[in-house]
Amino acid sequence: MQSVRKSVLSLVVLAGSLAGGQSFAQQPTVEVLHYWTSGGESKAVAELKAEFEAAGGKWIDSPVAGGGGDAQATVLRSRVLAGDPPAAVQIKGPNISDWAKEGALADLSSVGAAEGWDKLLPPLLQGIVKFDGKYVAVPVNIHRVDWVWANPEVLKAAGVDGVPTTWEGMFEAAEKIKATGKIPFAHGGQPWQDATVFEAIVLGVGGAEFYNKALGELDEKALTSDTMKKAFAYFRKFRSYVDPAFPGRDWNLATAMVMNGQAGMQIMGDWAKGEFAAAGKVGDKDYICAPTPSKTGYILNSDSFAMFKVKGPDQVAGQALLAKLILGEKFQETFNLYKGSIPARIGVKRDKFDFCALKSMDDLKTASAAGTLVGSVAHEILQAGAVRGAFLDVVTEFFNSDMPVDEAVETLAEEMIAAKG
Amino acid sequence: MTTVARGGAPAAGSEWRLFLQERISALVVAPSFALILLFVYGFILWTIYMSFTGSTLLPSYELVGIEPYKAMVGSSRFSVAFTNLMVFGALFILIAMALGSALAVLLDQRIRIEGALRTIYLYPMAISFIVTGVAWKWILNPGIGIQKFMQDLGFAGFEFDWIVDRDMAVYTLVIAAVWQASGFVMAMVLAALRGVDQEIVKAAQLDGASLPRIYASIMLPSIRPVFVSAFVILMHLAVKSFDLVVALTGGGPGFQSTLPANFMYEMTFRRNQIAVGSASAVFMLAIVLAIIVPYLYSELRQQKR
Repeated sequence: MQSVRKSVLSLVVLAGSLAGGQSFAQQPTVEVLHYWTSGGESKAVAELKAEFEAAGGKWIDSPVAGGGGDAQATVLRSRVLAGDPPAAVQIKGPNISDWAKEGALADLSSVGAAEGWDKLLPPLLQGIVKFDGKYVAVPVNIHRVDWVWANPEVLKAAGVDGVPTTWEGMFEAAEKIKATGKIPFAHGGQPWQDATVFEAIVLGVGGAEFYNKALGELDEKALTSDTMKKAFAYFRKFRSYVDPAFPGRDWNLATAMVMNGQAGMQIMGDWAKGEFAAAGKVGDKDYICAPTPSKTGYILNSDSFAMFKVKGPDQVAGQALLAKLILGEKFQETFNLYKGSIPARIGVKRDKFDFCALKSMDDLKTASAAGTLVGSVAHEILQAGAVRGAFLDVVTEFFNSDMPVDEAVETLAEEMIAAKG
Repeated sequence: MTTVARGGAPAAGSEWRLFLQERISALVVAPSFALILLFVYGFILWTIYMSFTGSTLLPSYELVGIEPYKAMVGSSRFSVAFTNLMVFGALFILIAMALGSALAVLLDQRIRIEGALRTIYLYPMAISFIVTGVAWKWILNPGIGIQKFMQDLGFAGFEFDWIVDRDMAVYTLVIAAVWQASGFVMAMVLAALRGVDQEIVKAAQLDGASLPRIYASIMLPSIRPVFVSAFVILMHLAVKSFDLVVALTGGGPGFQSTLPANFMYEMTFRRNQIAVGSASAVFMLAIVLAIIVPYLYSELRQQKR
C-alpha cells in the first residue's frame, strides 16, 4: 500500500511539472499536419522542423500517410469538428478558400505585411493563399506541370531535333519515333495523369486567356467552342502514340520508360525530375526537359500550408514563426532542392538549382509578366473538389473510349458547370 | 435461481454474488452492445440524415430533401458503378458458388492428402483483397503477365488484355474475387457434405443410384441452408468490395471498373460531397437489406417451426 501511494504521488508531481513546464515557458508551438511521408518529401519536412526548432520553437509532427492527402483530409475534418485543429495543415488551391469560408483559418496579414509578401509572391499565388484580401496560408513551392521529359537518344535515333514547340510538330516527331519501333509517349492511364496531358494541350491550343475562361470561369461558350474541340481531337491523337498497356500505370513507371529508352517522351510535372536524379541522370544531358508547346504558357501547381485558428499564445506565436520561416530565403532554397520544385517567392539564390529548375524559374518570370501563368486543374489549383472531379471524369472517359469530340465538349460543359452548383 | 438450487451456505457478500451470477452475461455484453448501438446503428442513422442535407466539405444539418440522391443518380459515374455492381455481383456469386461446390464434391471422394488440398484452396481467403488485387494486376497486365508469357512461348497472336479494355475490365474483378472466395465456399460446402447422414447415402447406393445422381438428388439438396449462408456472405462481400478495385484496376480504364463503394469514397473524401457520398452509402445499405431481410425472415420463421 505504501509503495502504491508513493508512486501515485510521484506521478502527480510529474504531471504537475509537465503541465507547469508548458504553461510557464510560452515556447512557440506548432502542430503540423502533412502528408509528405516519402523519401525526398520527408527530408524536406525535416528541414523545416530543424529550422523551426533552431528558432526556438516546439514542433509537433503529425504526418498522415497515404492517398495523396485523402487520409489527411479525413483527419483534418474530424479535428476541426472537434474544435482542436492543428496549427498548420498542408492543403492546396481552392480548398484553402473553402476552409476559409467555414471561418476556420487564421489571419496572417501582420506577418505578411512585415515580411512584404505582396512583393515576393506571384499574383496568381497570392490569389490562392489569400481570402478576402487576408493571408490565410503560405505557399511552400511551385511545381511546373506542363513539362516534357524526353530521352535524347531516342529522339536522335528518330531524327527529331529536340522537343518540338508546336503540337503539330509534337505529333510529327511522335510519328518518327513510332517508325523506329519505340513508344512515342510514355503515359500512365490514371485520371490525374490523363488530365495533366489534356490541360497542357488546352493551354497549347487555346492560350492562357482561353484556358482561364474555359476551365477557370467555366464559360459555357468557351467550353463548347471549336478550340476546345480541337484540344479534344489532339488529345485523341496523343492517345494513338501511347502503348496499349497504359491504363493504370503509375507515373514513375512511365518516367522509367523514358529513362531506359523504351519511350521517347513523357508529359509530366517536374516531380518526374526526382526519378531521373535518383537514377543518377543529369538534366539537359541524359534527359531533356522542355515545356509542352504553348506561347510562353506555364501551368502551375503549388503546395501550401493553411493556418488554422488555434487557441493559446504559444500556438499563435508558433504559427506566425512558422509562416515567416516557410517563406524565408533559406528554407525556400533547401526545401525546394529536396523536393525538385522551385521557390514560391522571388529573390532566392539560384546557384544550387539544376538546369531544369532554373529554366522553370525563368519561364515563370516570363509567364507571370506576360499573363500566361495559369493554375492546374488536374492538380487542384484552378479548381478543386467536385469541379475538378468532373473535369477528370470527362477527360479520362474521353481518353479511354471512342466518345465523339462534339459529345465530349457538351459533357465537359454540362458536368463541370453542374458540379459548380 | 441457480444459487437457490445449489443451496450453498449463506456467506458474507452472497447477495452481490447472487446479483452477479444473475446479471453476469448481461454485464459482459453491455459495453459491446452499447458500442455497436452507437457506432453501427447510430452512425447508420446519422448517414441517412446526412444524405438528405446539403453537406459538402463539413457536415451541415440543414435538410435539402432528395437533392443528393438526384445528384447521385444523375452522375454518369454512379450509373457505371451500379451496372458494374450488378454484373460483378451476379457473376462473382454464381461462379464462386458453382466452383466452390464442384471442388467440395471432388474433395469429398475420400481422396489422399485431402487436408493439404483443402488448405491450398482455402488459403486465398486468408489473403487481403489488396494482395489479391496487386497480384492479379501483375498477372493480367498485358505487358508483363499472362499475355507476355504466352507470346514469349511462341503464341504471338495470344491476347488477354481485359484489364486495359474498358468493356472487359469489370470481368477481371470477377476473376480475382472468384479466385479468392471459391475456396471458402468449398470449405463450407465440404463441411456440410460431411454432415449428411451416411445411412441415406448407403440406402441410395443399395437402390443402385449412381454417384452423380446421389449428389444431385440427395446430398446437395439436403445442405440447402449452407448455400443460403454462402450466398449471403458472398453477396455482402460483393456489395462492399472496394479494396479489390483500388488494387486491381484503380477503377480504370477511366472509371469503368468502379463499384458503388468506390463512388462513395470518391464523393465523400476526395470531392467534398458528403451528402452525395452518404446517399450512395444509404443506397448500398438498401441493397444489402433488400436481400438480407428476406433471408433473416425465412430463417427466423424456420426456427419458430
